Amino acid sequence: MTEKTVLNATHRALGARMVDFGGWDMPINYGSQIEEHHAVRRDAGMFDVSHMTVVDLHGPRTREFLRHLLANNVDKLKTTGKALYTCMLNEQGGVIDDLIVYFFDEAHFRLVVNAATRAKDLAWIAKQAVPFGIEVNERPDFAMIAVQGPNARARVIGLLHAEDRPRIEKLGRFAAAAAQGPHGMPLFIARTGYTGEDGFEIVVPNEHAVALWEALAAAGVKPAGLGARDTLRLEAGMNLYGQDMDETVSPWGANLGWTIALDEGRDFIGRVALEKQKAEGVKRVMVGLVLDEKGVLRHGQKVLTANGEGEILSGSFAPTLDKAVAFARIPAGEPGEVRVDIRGREVPVRVVKYPFVRDGKPCEGI
Amino acid sequence: MSEIPGDLKFLKSHEWARVEDGGLVRVGISDHAQGQLGDLVYVELPEVGASVQAGHGAAVLESVKAASDIYSPVSGEVVEVNEALADKPETINEDAYGEGWIFVVRMSDRGELGELLDADAYAELVENEDH
Repeated sequence: MTEKTVLNATHRALGARMVDFGGWDMPINYGSQIEEHHAVRRDAGMFDVSHMTVVDLHGPRTREFLRHLLANNVDKLKTTGKALYTCMLNEQGGVIDDLIVYFFDEAHFRLVVNAATRAKDLAWIAKQAVPFGIEVNERPDFAMIAVQGPNARARVIGLLHAEDRPRIEKLGRFAAAAAQGPHGMPLFIARTGYTGEDGFEIVVPNEHAVALWEALAAAGVKPAGLGARDTLRLEAGMNLYGQDMDETVSPWGANLGWTIALDEGRDFIGRVALEKQKAEGVKRVMVGLVLDEKGVLRHGQKVLTANGEGEILSGSFAPTLDKAVAFARIPAGEPGEVRVDIRGREVPVRVVKYPFVRDGKPCEGI
Repeated sequence: MSEIPGDLKFLKSHEWARVEDGGLVRVGISDHAQGQLGDLVYVELPEVGASVQAGHGAAVLESVKAASDIYSPVSGEVVEVNEALADKPETINEDAYGEGWIFVVRMSDRGELGELLDADAYAELVENEDH
């Protein structure tokens, strides 16, 4: 049974090519994926991300619970609306999911988790929440629209109630606040994203989502599909759960070490395993690859290094760079001359530090 | 979706064949197929002089989304390839039945043409695929 977001008919009316994505019927593009990608890099684009799962946590011990549940430390969240990117690990240090946690008040935090992992995430969170007496509420009554690009914030702010504009203009990165949208609709606006551009991710009640989408379109924001979202986040150096990491990979092997807070005395799930792995040395690491020749790097292709074989995780043509880039997991150590097996042909690639693109421009050395 | 030119014949795998003078057959992919593949970013062309077999891979198209083998509708020798695609693979997205042709084969067995779908049969195939 395929699920549909409240914007499904809107996508179809726009002529979107629809695909199944984690059990959801979602737009992959509305015509040209590359044009949608450029619209986000150069101006402003919007994505229906209502398939993502919003989970509200309530209870006086919510912070204490999240200190235990998440590998990053929610004690970094001190002011209302602040957000944190983190992994949720199993006891072996494997990544159950990556997510964003928002702080409302001591008795209320919000998680936004991936669509494809919804059922297992909810089951895991509910199970861990029991000893803390936390109420776990999925919020299917919300839709979500991501508006991204150098002009995205201005376009959104123009649609808000005049009284809210100065406050939302001042919203810092990785912070969120409530505001009134068109016709007084209540919005939860976060300055976050998955494209490497500035912008907002907006949580909106289902019944207002179509009106918000149409108001954004009228303000010149271009609809963009999941295809463009994938090439944008790859260029921006952001992992995709299920492709770049999963329960068999720890954050060390997915370049997510920066999200692990090994602060003293905090007993979070997976910590023991992570510390052991760190002490023993991480055997496989994630690197960025650039292909300067013609061709496209793809998920599953074999990577040949001086220390043995690795594999491409996310790989694609990168429209901003006009060449292919990829993430790969390879044996740790100096990799030497690296090649990728593209349909039986061994093609030389460069190992680089990513992100590949930030704020519309190729990064140095790409 | 643009109209399917009536003079073309098709493989079920969405390649078209246009019979030209002197036993030459020009080959491309259908407009439906380019839409399915999405934006094309790279074309691996066969070499002029290479021999190709009906129903076997002769070229590779890479879109942002995936790589796809292009089968030759007829057997024979490749006599021309569309070099312009090297710099502008998106020509296939823009004009699949015209400027977006991929290669030309001098066919060795005219009888193979009888195995191909005509435009109406191909239109029906696409219609059924969409439902």
